[in-house]
Formats: sequence, structure tokens, C-alpha cells
Amino acid sequence: MESLMSILIGVFFAIGTYLILTKSLLRIILGTSIISHGVHLLIITMGGVKAGGPPLLGLGSTSFTDALPQALILTAIVINFATTAIFLVLSYRSYKVLGTDDTAQMRGNEDE
Amino acid sequence: MNNIVILPIIIPMILGLIMVIFRRRIMLHRVLSILSMTGTGGAAAYLIYQVKHEGIQTLQLGGWEAPFGVSMVVDMLSALLLITTSIVALFCVIYAFKSIGREREEHYFYPLFLFLITGVNGSFITGDVFNLFVCFEVMLISSYALITLGGKSIQLRESIKYVLVNIIASFLFLIAIAYLYAVTGTLNMAHLSERVAEVGQGGLMTAVAIIFLFVFSLKAGLFLFFWLPGSYSAPPTAVAAVFAALLTKVGIYAIYRFFTLVFYHEPQVTHLIIGIMAAVTMVLGAMGAIAYKDIKKILTYNVVVGVGFILAGLASFTDAGMTGSIYYLMHDMVIKALIFIIGGVIIAIAGTSNLDDMSGLIQTHPYLGWMFFITALSISGIPPLSGFIGKVYITEGTFTSGYYWLGAIGLITSLMVLFSVMKIFMNSFWGETILSEEMEKGTTRGVMFPIVALVMLTIGLGLGAELLHDYVEIAVEGLMNPSLYIEAVLGGNAQ
Amino acid sequence: MKKPNDIILRGVTKVAVVIIFTFAINLFFAGHHNPGGGFIGGLAFAAALTLMFLSYDVDSVRANFPVDFKVLTAVGVLIAVLTGMGGVFFDLPFLTQAFDYFHLPIFGKTELATAVLFDIGVALAVIGTAMVIIMTISEDR
Repeated sequence: MESLMSILIGVFFAIGTYLILTKSLLRIILGTSIISHGVHLLIITMGGVKAGGPPLLGLGSTSFTDALPQALILTAIVINFATTAIFLVLSYRSYKVLGTDDTAQMRGNEDE
Repeated sequence: MNNIVILPIIIPMILGLIMVIFRRRIMLHRVLSILSMTGTGGAAAYLIYQVKHEGIQTLQLGGWEAPFGVSMVVDMLSALLLITTSIVALFCVIYAFKSIGREREEHYFYPLFLFLITGVNGSFITGDVFNLFVCFEVMLISSYALITLGGKSIQLRESIKYVLVNIIASFLFLIAIAYLYAVTGTLNMAHLSERVAEVGQGGLMTAVAIIFLFVFSLKAGLFLFFWLPGSYSAPPTAVAAVFAALLTKVGIYAIYRFFTLVFYHEPQVTHLIIGIMAAVTMVLGAMGAIAYKDIKKILTYNVVVGVGFILAGLASFTDAGMTGSIYYLMHDMVIKALIFIIGGVIIAIAGTSNLDDMSGLIQTHPYLGWMFFITALSISGIPPLSGFIGKVYITEGTFTSGYYWLGAIGLITSLMVLFSVMKIFMNSFWGETILSEEMEKGTTRGVMFPIVALVMLTIGLGLGAELLHDYVEIAVEGLMNPSLYIEAVLGGNAQ
Repeated sequence: MKKPNDIILRGVTKVAVVIIFTFAINLFFAGHHNPGGGFIGGLAFAAALTLMFLSYDVDSVRANFPVDFKVLTAVGVLIAVLTGMGGVFFDLPFLTQAFDYFHLPIFGKTELATAVLFDIGVALAVIGTAMVIIMTISEDR
């Protein structure tokens, strides 16, 4: 399971990196969110996949999965949600103001 | 258990939230921001007193004991940084009253500013790696909003780079946390320190350490500072001053915390890398500062040089180097805020940031000119101003540990820094007065108070270095002996 | 702009919104011991609001739901932080929670926990944030 997850994470990172390296802002945003999924999967894989029952009361399991990585990725997802939202709004604003979503055309002169 | 520890985080947070609710009351916003800075400053001062007399203060959030819950820890280094942050932020916000403009004020400038301070203070206080990440994000998200506030096209363009770089840095941070958790099974810094000491810092741990170094270097602008000059010259001066004074320092603090508390076993690898990065940073930063003719660019490259110099002290990993770094860290926070504010005033008066287009301001603004002169001397470490003592100690530290090249580069770049700020002074203040008072685009009215106060502070830090020495010594002792920190956090639960 | 024929969407929305709201509240209260809680409850609530904004126009929904979502977010976070402060007054660490069992008229023996107050704050903050994001992008065209 862990090796399968590792391959999946690698695929996510590859796709995300490819997208971030493209010129269109929207693709860059998609790239960051795909990488973020890869990162979250990495955290949960590193914490150990399926080592016991779910860490809930009243299920009668004797061994429990480590709940900490799950708490960590929940927090990371929330933060990533906020960051992506800000990035999206920012790109939208700059598309409106600068009139392009191509990062190569955004470079512009420093003194304006 | 000491609930005061949490105050520097929740005071700005609660007051900021209240401001969001009462959006239109700008006067209320101003009063609350001053109140919040003085409040955190007071709490920090009390914490310094407590740390001096009772040792490191901790708080286990929600009563969950140390390795399991989130710990908040204030040692002397954190407390000193907290109080400097409060003071610098107070004067930056006072400067913002006059300079930031009504529109930005109504678009939540003050709440965002306070959330930024919340994140900065949180990063200084927290004793948990993941919580450090969260505080970083609080700080960064506020900074994303602050850097774009106003929505000029240059701001938007620069902020996209800034946001993207920081998002990627955050991913790397999470990756590093995941690896760290896989290897050690804990994220509490004190517990981590213990675990790493137990299993030894082998190749794997050192690799994790390097990832962390990479992450924090991106945030601190150590070597990976390519994003910094652009981003810091885009926002309005008050924001740029806070960024320059505080944001890079949070990265530096994190490097300090990690490489003195957790990954201190292999200094010949990790600390040497930090030293090399610091050296390259100083050289490149100084070259940038000399090369440009734009005030904002020169100042941002000076920020880069400062970062390199502070970390040279860590690279030496000696008592003297650490002492110097802490002095220099506090000095740098004050001086960078100050020089950005003065630079902003100069730009506001001249209406341009290009040095070729201004001259002879000393005729019309003598006080501003001499304030800038003092600042310029202080930034390059001329005694008796505040930069001097830190420079002496850091240089001594690098020489003791055998890194002569590092100390030499530090001294040479100091001269280059002096040249770069003197270039601003000569070009903008001396020479023929080309701007008459009527032609000026802005005034110094109302903004002199924060400048004078910060200049007094840098003189005070220089002359009062002796008084501070007791406190800095405690901070260094805490940094060089991780057992003190571990003992304070884990107490009897250590296993 | 031509008026779209969205009678089915509107009809379904009227029913579905009630169901989603109920489900959101259920999720919210389930969160104390089971999967659920303030965050996901708040998101479900925000989903219902978004559905309303989609099928009816923004102005008429706003008229019936006159809440400034930025203020809602601030109030939510404020509630969460102040609940954390509760422990401070009893000389306990920040964020300490307490719970006890009470006999209530209809519910019988019920567990009441201060963590629920914190969760209300979280839910309000999440609703506010999600709606602010959606409104920011949608309002400006």
C-alpha cells in the first residue's frame, strides 16, 4: 500500500510541477492544488496507512490508526483552501487589471 | 503553566477581529492597533521579567501534556524578539496613520496588519513544528493581502510571484514535516530534540534538516532571495517596512530554533552550509545594493545583506557568535523598519525613487537628512550605534570558530552597505536643491514622530548594550543548552 | 440578457436547501464524538447558500439573508477565541474544554460540552469565509 501511495504521490508531484511551469495563471493555480494533494497524501502515508481501526470512540477496536497525521492534513487542507482562494482571487484581479493571464507578458517594466 | 504566554497571539487577533466587525470606524481601528501593540509589548516585557527570574515559560494548550498537545514556549530569545516586534510594529502603524491613505484603511489595512503580527508572534512563541507552519501561514496569508492592498498593477504583478514562491515553500515545509514525523514520530520541538539526540543525527536526519533549511531560507531570504527585492519594493512604505523588519526575521528565528534545538549534532555539515549560504547572500546582496540607483531596490538588497550577516553568527556556532546574532537581530528589526520609513518619506517628498532625479533635500528637510545619516551609520555598524556591538560579536564568533573567510566577507560587505546607503544620502540630500517646497509631492508632517522614536531606539540599543547584555546572555545560554528548553517543556514527563 | 428557463432548478432548490440545512446541522452536532463537526457542517451550510445564490439572483437572496459574511467570519473566529479564553478565567490553560451530563426535558440525559461553543465559532467562520470567497469572484463581472 505504501509503495502504491508513493507512486501516486510522485505522479501528483510530476503533474503539479509540469502545470506550475506553464505560462497560464489558471494552470499554475491548478498545479499548486494538485501538488497540495500530493503533499497531503505524503503526510498520511508517512504517518502509516491503515495500521488499525479508525481513532473513534465506541467502535471496539483494540488498535488505532495514528490520528495525528489526519489532524495535520485537515489543518493543511483548510490552510490550502484559503491560500488557493486568495491566489485565485488575486489572479482574477490581475487578469482584469493587467489584461492577460500569461505570466510571460506580465513581466513589464519596473518603473511605471 | 502560564497563560501570559498566549497573550501576544490573542491580543492582536481579538482586536483585529473586532476591527473587522466595525469596518467604518477608522479612528477605532487606529486606537485599537496602538492598544494592541502596547498590550503585546507589555505582555512581552512581563514575560522577559518572568523568564529572567523563573526560567523558560510554557503553556500546554488545553491542558494536554507536552508531547501530545501543542506547547507554547517563551524563552529569552522569543521574549526579546516579541518585545522588539511590538515596538517596531507600533511605530510602523503610527507611520501608516499618515501615509497609508483612506482607501486602504477602509479595506481592512489595520486588521490585516494585526493578523500579520499575530502570525509573527505565534511563530516566535510556538513549541510545535506543525503549529509553526500554521503561524507561518497566518502571517503569509495576511502578507498576501497586505502586499496586494490597493491593487496597483505593479503590486499585482509582484504579488503573484510572492504568493507562488511562498505557496511552494509551504509545500516543502509540509513535506519536511511529513518526513520528520515519519522518522521521529513526534512534532513537539522539545521532544524532537530529545528523539534526534537519542537516535543520532544520521544521514537521513541531516537530509530532513537540509529540507527545513531550504524552506526557512526561502522565507528568510537567505541565499534564496530572488523573490525578495521585487516583492518588498511593490507595496506601500508602511507595509514594506513591516515586511523588511519582521517577515524575514521569522524565517531567521525558525532557522535558529531548528539548528540550535533539534539539528545541532552535525555542525560541520549543516552549519557550514548555513555559513556558505550566508556568505553568498551577503556578497550578492551587497552587489545588488551598490548596483541599483533606485532607493527601494537599494534598501531591499540591504535587507538581504542583513539576513546573511545574522546567520553568519549561527554558522560560527559559538557563544560570541550567538550573542552577536541576537544583538544584531534586534538591531536589524529596528533599523530596517526605520530606513524603509525614511526611504518612503524621501520618495514621497521627491515623487520618485530614482536617485538621479533628486538632490539637495537637506536644504528643505535638515532633520530628515541627519536622521538618515544616523541610520546609515547605524546600519553599517559604526560605534556607538546599535549595529556595532552585534558586528563585533559576530566577527569575533566567526574568527574563533575558524571561519575567517566568513568574518572577512561580513566586514567587507559592511563597507559596501555603508557605501550604498551613503550613496542615497549624497544623492538625495546633498548637492544642488532642485525641488522647492512648493514642488514637493509630500510632506514630513506627522511622520517625524516614528522616525525620531526609532532613531532614539537605535541609539539607545547601541548605548544601552551593556544593560541588555544580561538578557542576551540568558538567551544565548538557552540556545547553546537545548536541555534547558527540553526540561521546561517536558518537565517530569521526559522519557 | 435573456431569462433562462430554470423552473426545475428553482423548484428542486426549494426542497433541497431545507434538506441540506438539516443535514448540515446534523453533521455539526455529530462532530463531538463521530465524524462531522463545525468545519464540515459549515461547508455543507455554505453549499446550500451557494445553491440558493445560483438558482435565484444574488440580490433577492441577500434581501432575505441580510448578513455581511465578512462580519460573520470575524464573529465566528471571535467566538472561537473567546471560548478558548474561558479556561483562562478559571486559571486553566488557554483552550481548556469542559463537559458534563445534564438531564434536559426532551432530550433526556445529554452531554453538554464547551467544545460545541468553539465549534459554533468554527462553523460561522467557515460559512463566512466560503461565502466571501464565492461572492468576491461572482459579484464582479
